[in-house]
Amino acid sequence: MAIVVKRPKLKWWEHLYLPALAQGMRVTLGHFIKTLSGKKKVTMQYPEEKWDDQLPEHYRGAPALVTDVQGRERCVACQLCEFICPPRAITIKPEEIPSDDKWSKVEKRPKAFEIDMIRCIYCGLCEEVCPEQAIYLRKDYSITGTSRAEMVHDKERLYEIGGVREGLVNKWNELK
Amino acid sequence: MDWHLIIAATIKIVVFVFLTTLPLVAMSVWAERRVSAAIQDRVGPNRVGPFGLLQAVADGIKFLLKEDFTPNHVRKGYFWLAPALVMVPALLTCAVIPFGSKLFGEKMVIADLNVGPLFVFAIASLSVYGIVLAGWASNSKYPFLGGVRSTSQMISYEISLGLSIVPLIMIYGELNLGRIVQYQADNGWALLPLWGEGLSVQGWVLTIPVFVSFVIFMTSMFAETNRLPFDLPECETELVAGYHTEYSSMKFALFFLGEYAAMIIGSGLAVTLFLGGWSLPFGWLSPENTEAAVPWWHGLIHIGVYFSKVIVLILFFIVVRWTLPRFRYDQLMRLGWVFFFEIALFNVVLTAALLWWFNKPVS
Repeated sequence: MAIVVKRPKLKWWEHLYLPALAQGMRVTLGHFIKTLSGKKKVTMQYPEEKWDDQLPEHYRGAPALVTDVQGRERCVACQLCEFICPPRAITIKPEEIPSDDKWSKVEKRPKAFEIDMIRCIYCGLCEEVCPEQAIYLRKDYSITGTSRAEMVHDKERLYEIGGVREGLVNKWNELK
Repeated sequence: MDWHLIIAATIKIVVFVFLTTLPLVAMSVWAERRVSAAIQDRVGPNRVGPFGLLQAVADGIKFLLKEDFTPNHVRKGYFWLAPALVMVPALLTCAVIPFGSKLFGEKMVIADLNVGPLFVFAIASLSVYGIVLAGWASNSKYPFLGGVRSTSQMISYEISLGLSIVPLIMIYGELNLGRIVQYQADNGWALLPLWGEGLSVQGWVLTIPVFVSFVIFMTSMFAETNRLPFDLPECETELVAGYHTEYSSMKFALFFLGEYAAMIIGSGLAVTLFLGGWSLPFGWLSPENTEAAVPWWHGLIHIGVYFSKVIVLILFFIVVRWTLPRFRYDQLMRLGWVFFFEIALFNVVLTAALLWWFNKPVS
């Protein structure tokens, strides 16, 4: 069914177009002056001003490895995160802990742990799958580099981003 | 040969055209971006230099260093000629605009021509060739349509542009832009006759046709410079980028700068004809006549006044661009041929009648 749109009947001075121009100029100049006088501030000057304190708790930034309060690495190199990673960004080289080591009970540790941040999609599946709560998505989002090699986070860098995390992990408990 | 004249002219050309107008072009690109940003509650380019003032330099370097890509299907010769044909007429018209009274006994106009406005229109109408050539030589559909649109638009509006200043020329009885400004300095600006002979019934009544002229002149100027609301030749929603779709790097920049240069010259002409050129209101600091000596600091103030008026008009151009939506093409043509042409013609007759009425020989 056709809809008949009623056109508004314009007065003669509205046909002149000039009043409309003045009206339009009032709107644009109003915005112009408001922005110039700083009353209306929308844009944030990004690298200088950041919104990091507003990031929600569940923010999914760069994945990183964490240590416990005593500086021991939580990762047991089970490689579950490597297997679940949809873009295959994680590469782990496991290593056996020698039997004369104090923590030989744990048996395995990562010799190398690399996350290719060009591949990573920040999905958080690695964090979800980790049985030892060793990998977490942190709030770092500005991951940049000047070469592909630089964008691959090695174990050292991952621990640097991850830092220390408290909480109960049973693998070091002699009684369990 | 009079070496003194040649050297003075060369200095004026270099200082006015290359050291003032071209940087003004660059600055108006920056101003356009900052003002449009402010209107849209954004920030705009503010990184390069203080307040982003050096953005124009960065843009220039970028344009020069980009790959100058010439598509294989274009007519190379015309394709290369077109950007120059847009830029050169815009700069040539600088020659007759008086940008100051006098400085060190030298008239602040490159060529003190007795047919100033005619020269401006004659040269400015050449820039349509640049756009036509660009559209034709690009040898693809969107530039072609843009070129066709721009030709008909520029030719249509040139008529009302030319007719709109006839009433003014009749009132001044003069075609020399320098003397027109002097007349306005003595007798009130065309749009603001508040002193001298302008302060009379005749002066006040004549502001009506002058105002009509001003509206037609400014609107036609928008159409001539292909600016919104008349930017149909480039009209990105329909024609990609219109006549400069196939252009890249510095050749594109020349089109871009040519548009702004035309805008600056158009503002300069509007200032000279309607707003008293370099003169201050109420005849302050204005010389006795065009030949009288002017102290150098008065001369500098006059140059400053001229450029401030031009800058205000450029800001007006920019604000209008971000205020009005684009016209439809038939509306554009109707406005030009049905309204402006007739109103301008009627305006000429009206002014003539008014002038005859006021200056009737007493019998």
